[in-house]
Amino acid sequence: MADIDQHAARPLTAAWAKRAQGWLLPLAVLLIWETVVAQQWVSAHLLPPPSELAHTLLELTRSGALLAHIGVSVARVLAGFAIGAALAVALGAAVGLSPRVEALIDPSFQALRAIPSLAWVPLLLLWLGIDEAPKLTLIAIGAFFPVYLNLVAGIHNVDRKWVEVGRVHGLRTGALIGRVFLPAALPHVLTGLRGGLSLAWMFLVAAELMAATRGLGYLLTDGRETGRADLVLVAIGVLAVLGALSDSLLRLLETRWLAWRDVALTQEAQP
Amino acid sequence: MSAPLLQLDIQAKQFARRLVLDRVSLSLAAGEVVSLVGPSGCGKSTLLRIIAGLDRDYQGQAQILGEPIRLHSRHVGVVFQEPRLLPWLSVADNVGFELGRRGGRHPRVAELLADVGLADWGHAYPKQLSGGMAQRVAIARGLFTRPALLLLDEPFSAVDAFTRMRLQDVLLAAASHSQASVLLVTHDVNEAAYLSDRVLVLGRNPGRIRGEVRVDWPHPRQRGDARLARAEAEILALLDDREDAPQPPPQAAPWPASLARLRLAV
Ligand SMILES: Nc1ncnc2c1ncn2[C@@H]1O[C@H](COP(=O)(O)OP(=O)(O)O)[C@@H](O)[C@H]1O
Ligand SMILES: [Mg+2]
Repeated sequence: MADIDQHAARPLTAAWAKRAQGWLLPLAVLLIWETVVAQQWVSAHLLPPPSELAHTLLELTRSGALLAHIGVSVARVLAGFAIGAALAVALGAAVGLSPRVEALIDPSFQALRAIPSLAWVPLLLLWLGIDEAPKLTLIAIGAFFPVYLNLVAGIHNVDRKWVEVGRVHGLRTGALIGRVFLPAALPHVLTGLRGGLSLAWMFLVAAELMAATRGLGYLLTDGRETGRADLVLVAIGVLAVLGALSDSLLRLLETRWLAWRDVALTQEAQP
Repeated sequence: MSAPLLQLDIQAKQFARRLVLDRVSLSLAAGEVVSLVGPSGCGKSTLLRIIAGLDRDYQGQAQILGEPIRLHSRHVGVVFQEPRLLPWLSVADNVGFELGRRGGRHPRVAELLADVGLADWGHAYPKQLSGGMAQRVAIARGLFTRPALLLLDEPFSAVDAFTRMRLQDVLLAAASHSQASVLLVTHDVNEAAYLSDRVLVLGRNPGRIRGEVRVDWPHPRQRGDARLARAEAEILALLDDREDAPQPPPQAAPWPASLARLRLAV
């Protein structure tokens, strides 16, 4: 009896121990950081200690400024990502499914992809001014390519044998796309969406650094211009948390939609 | 006399100017189980694909129940060599694939899953099935529309010998329950004799029908039956490729089944 209990208990404690291990390094860093600044080995002006950051975070939260910045940034990411991903799904499906469309537009996209996306910024500012339009465009460009490339690859990889099953059951082009090609390409699409979302956050920061009066990127610029490193660090931390949160949302979708996949390493769904 | 279930008269079938099938004619009556055996590359799969309507680039005539063959004929069900289940659909939705997204709910699905011995597996995903179970599901899917003719291309070649024997019985039972005739491609002489009313032997380069062996006593059959062994020996004699063979193998002597399979594998 005791034997069985031990067996049941061991993996659980092992899992907790493993998780606790992951916290050791960050905690140590925080501790050292705090002491280093308290001993005045490093100027608190350049590297505010964690306690001061916590204070700043509290202040920003209490005044409502942080929430406003977050709201603006999240809205921009969502809108830009939605536009970019929707365009990518439409064009990627057309290119993946039709050799003629592929011959027509894929070479151009491959060429455009070679441009580092941030190089678009001056042009976008020139064309679209400094309000929302260029920011959303930039974020959409960032989100577009991962989704587009993964979807095209996913469709190209669909097994001819499944397509034959569809044809034997009387599926014509439209139904074949909906019932064979898209479900078969779904794992690739989700990989693309996750990549696109993380690039959307990156491009949000780029856009807001350059021309913005609100948003987390603006908080970064503001912190730099007013010489407040604590603002910069808090903004970085918030961006990290938001990025991780949005990615884990997509991961949740992935585990729900792709439960059918027969892969060697399935991530165990942790409650 | 009414039109036969299947009437096939292929003059020629070529792949890039290479003749693959040369004057192949066959007909199937309702209720028959017919096997096609032949060395690999002789055009068996090509023949089935023509009947399934997947390949229309040939010279000749093909009719099912008097209608010209087309893709997705309601008279034909197809089972491929691999199960080809769609991994994102449940077992039930795979069986009812013909009906669309919620095809798995149709009562016929439950009936067929019971026929192939998988009554409790409707909600499973294909990844949870063994190879033999997946092929059972594929048979159920092939029979879903109550086709008059079920086509199978080496359906049991990837499973072990015991599973294969069980699947053969599952196929016979499910097909007769659905009142479907069967045209089966196999390279297993043993399997061909056990399952079929007639066995057609194809030669290679180009593919031609070399002859036909009748196995004309009803099911259920005993696997150790001496008459089966004789039929196998006849099939093997027809299969023997050597044009310049000094003597045809003695047809009277029944070969042990295991030996028969060995010969064909060479
Ligand atoms: N799509 C194709 N294109 C070109 N040649 C093919 C194609 N499919 C089959 N063949 C050729 O036709 C011949 C018969 O093939 P197949 O019908 O698959 O033989 P079997 O099923 O009897 O082994 C083979 O020589 C094969 O190489
Ligand atoms: Mg074949």
